[in-house]
Amino acid sequence: MTQSVVVQVGQCGNQIGCCFWDLALREHAAVNQRGIYDEAISSFFRNVDTRAVGDGGSISKGRICSLKARAVLIDMEEGVVNEMLQGPLRDVFDSKQLITDISGSGNNWAVGHKVFGSQYQEKILEKLRKSAEQCDCLQCFFIIHSMGGGTGSGLGTFLLKVLEDEFPEVYRFVTSVYPSSEDDVITSPYNSILAMKELNEHADCVLPIDNQSLFDIISKIDTVVKSGKLGKTVKPKSLVTSSVGASRKRHQKPFDAMNNIVANLLLNLTSSARFEGSLNMDLNEISMNLVPFPQLHYLVSSLTPLYTLADVNVPPRRLDQMFSDAFSKDHQLIRADPKHNLYLACALMVRGDVQISDLRRNIERLKPSLQFVSWNQEGWKTSLCSVPPVGHSHSLLALANNTCVKTTFVELKERFTRLYKKKAHLHHYLQVEGMEEGCFSEAVSSLSALIQEYNQLDATKSMPVQELPRLRIAV
Amino acid sequence: MSILTVQLGQCGNQIGFEVFDALFSDSYCSPGLCSKKENEAYQASCKERFFSEEGNGDLVARAVLVDMEPKVINQTLLKASQAGRWKYSQHACFCQKQGSGNNWAYGYSVHGPRHEESIMNLIQKEVEKCDSLSGFSIIMSMAGGTGSGLGTFITQKLQDQFPKSLKMNQVVWPYGTGEVVVQNYNSILTLSHLYRSSDALLVHDNDAIHKICEKRMNIRQISFSDINQVLAHQLGSMFQPTYSAEGSFHYRRSPLGDLMEILVPHPEFKMLGVRSIPQMSESSLAYSTFTWAGLLKHLRQMLISNAKMEEGINWHVRPPVSGLPTLGKTPCNKELHFNTSIANLVILRGKDVQSADLGGFKDPALYTSWLAPADAFNAWKTQRAFNKYEKSATLVSNSQFLVKPLDLIVGKAWNMFASKAYIHQYTKFGIEEEDFLDSFSLLEQVISSYCNL
Repeated sequence: MTQSVVVQVGQCGNQIGCCFWDLALREHAAVNQRGIYDEAISSFFRNVDTRAVGDGGSISKGRICSLKARAVLIDMEEGVVNEMLQGPLRDVFDSKQLITDISGSGNNWAVGHKVFGSQYQEKILEKLRKSAEQCDCLQCFFIIHSMGGGTGSGLGTFLLKVLEDEFPEVYRFVTSVYPSSEDDVITSPYNSILAMKELNEHADCVLPIDNQSLFDIISKIDTVVKSGKLGKTVKPKSLVTSSVGASRKRHQKPFDAMNNIVANLLLNLTSSARFEGSLNMDLNEISMNLVPFPQLHYLVSSLTPLYTLADVNVPPRRLDQMFSDAFSKDHQLIRADPKHNLYLACALMVRGDVQISDLRRNIERLKPSLQFVSWNQEGWKTSLCSVPPVGHSHSLLALANNTCVKTTFVELKERFTRLYKKKAHLHHYLQVEGMEEGCFSEAVSSLSALIQEYNQLDATKSMPVQELPRLRIAV
Repeated sequence: MSILTVQLGQCGNQIGFEVFDALFSDSYCSPGLCSKKENEAYQASCKERFFSEEGNGDLVARAVLVDMEPKVINQTLLKASQAGRWKYSQHACFCQKQGSGNNWAYGYSVHGPRHEESIMNLIQKEVEKCDSLSGFSIIMSMAGGTGSGLGTFITQKLQDQFPKSLKMNQVVWPYGTGEVVVQNYNSILTLSHLYRSSDALLVHDNDAIHKICEKRMNIRQISFSDINQVLAHQLGSMFQPTYSAEGSFHYRRSPLGDLMEILVPHPEFKMLGVRSIPQMSESSLAYSTFTWAGLLKHLRQMLISNAKMEEGINWHVRPPVSGLPTLGKTPCNKELHFNTSIANLVILRGKDVQSADLGGFKDPALYTSWLAPADAFNAWKTQRAFNKYEKSATLVSNSQFLVKPLDLIVGKAWNMFASKAYIHQYTKFGIEEEDFLDSFSLLEQVISSYCNL
């Protein structure tokens, strides 16, 4: 079995990361009742003997002594990371696997990328190498960050190049929080566009998230919980937003509910690699199946169910409803419209008490309403993991490579252009050594090229499927 | 003679378990409906083929388990030991830490060479445990990365290292509506390479077996276990001992050799299919009786109309009236109504088997012209019943039945190849566009050959 290392960068990245580790511990505690350190846990955690002097030697088998997250925490201000190291999860983090500074990046990609990038390059390499050495077989780096700020955006994407050079065979999966249009950081379009270029070139796979979608999911859940009509009570642990059963007893910060959703995304993404099932799906299969061309590696994710009803008198929602929900916009983690755009490929990762016939039946049922690109009409990748998430009997994560992502990029580009035309705030970037206007124009070109790729694919949508002439055999 | 099973990848290992379980169940837990002496001879023959015995009497499957990541093999070993009826040898497993990522190129070009020595050593050790080896049964899927890519590589190495032993690949055909996005690429690469190095490809189609589970066995929520059990039943009914020419108590010594000799007369035609009837749930069995005449009539019509299950058989399809000259080549895109066979083998097991009349299968109209029906058709009759079936009939055939599915896969793969989608994932590991083109050419040739029967 392989291991993954999580690199959380910036305020957003670290806050999501914190929720992730909390829920990961909760999940493993629910599955692993006997307290034995097994391969599933080892994918994200080391087992450390804290009594041993020095580093805390890693134990590979036997009882769980003390679990340490395979994580590197990076932030250019101390507040968030310090809070984590003083909170209930303090023992989970290796205090040496973090890089902090005091001043912060001032919501400036250039400061994060160029200034802190060069300043901390050696230290970053050292920490990454250390975490890689502690892995038996490292398969993937998960980078968590936001696009709109300075550290997550700038330093987070600087990291990608470092990872690509130093660990070329290890996958780079990036969870990126994109700024919504009401974002309060004025320069977020600049930061995002500059970061996009790096994602285009150095990430294997990107899962774009936007706050507005997460917020909408929370509103939807609140409606159900508050309505409470006909004895509809929701099992607290099952909420995709909840921390119940985890170390942090109640929501401490307003973003916790939203971050838990992203944390659940990552857990579901890796579940079939960690736990057994009748049709496993490893992380390297995600890239293989969902990325038909290297640049088109942006995946729209949707999670269901969002909660489970506790009332036994209410019949369990039909399994098929779960599949329908996965294709509804209410469950997506990014604003997009896949149903009216073109699917290049789609993965359905199922957990729990679901069998192959349920999968097949639902694919048949939903297929007619979805448009797949002509050369991939049956572009489905499916997986069945036997272990359901905490609080549910089954769940589904859908990952779609769909041309609808381009809407996010087009909007981003527009916001960028509005700002850039007036040269607003540009001097903050240009005064950083290594930055010039060329950086901006290159970044915009990169994004335009990407949008163009999606447009070209969209243009094939209404064309009839061509029967291409096959090879003829001379008899 | 023994058959060594090589289980590759998740699919291969999950199916392999069910196969050994079905073989064990049939040999040791079924009534047999025959004399004690016959039953004992049957068990002994089955044991020689599929199991070795440890000092304490424990039965160990003659198998090598290979996977590039540990979860499935661990599960498989666990299942066997929990059931406690037979087991796998811990030493016959080869495992790595990271899978092939559904990438045929990775399985074939990276895992293959890297682990060749270890895997072949393991196989050699198991071979040495057999008094004499009939050959290999290699279980793999076409759609994934390890079974397909590494499976193909290992088959080639088996040909080099054991040139006198036969190889039959159990190739699992994925569901048409996508299990893996790149399944068509992996499939054409697998089939084209196997065609050169395997002696016979026995195809097991997920869609067909799924329908059997759904319509015949009335299973509501069909799991892969269900599918694999049906597959195992079909394979078991084929591989279990059958009488040789000398009659009762004398079971055939060389199962694979006999199968190949009958079914693969020409190296250009290696694709085999299996159908085993009756197909029904065990609970319904108690209420059903069968006659050989009825079973054989169904089986024959299933053959000529290319039906995969015992329901919805198209009874309108008839063999062409003999005497009329064949009008040139049959264009491939025309609906092939009548399924022409090269060779057929019918295996009958159960009560009053000697009374079964197989005349319908000897009709020359069913076959191509280049083999006399006496050579093209064979029947193996065994009194000892299979599993819970008082009477069962299995048809293994080399016929046109795979043309359409193969054509479909090649078409889809070609379409995707034209757009160059996903090709970078293969070229990354040394499988170039030329390799794809070679595969397409070979398979178009196979389709054409079968079409023109």
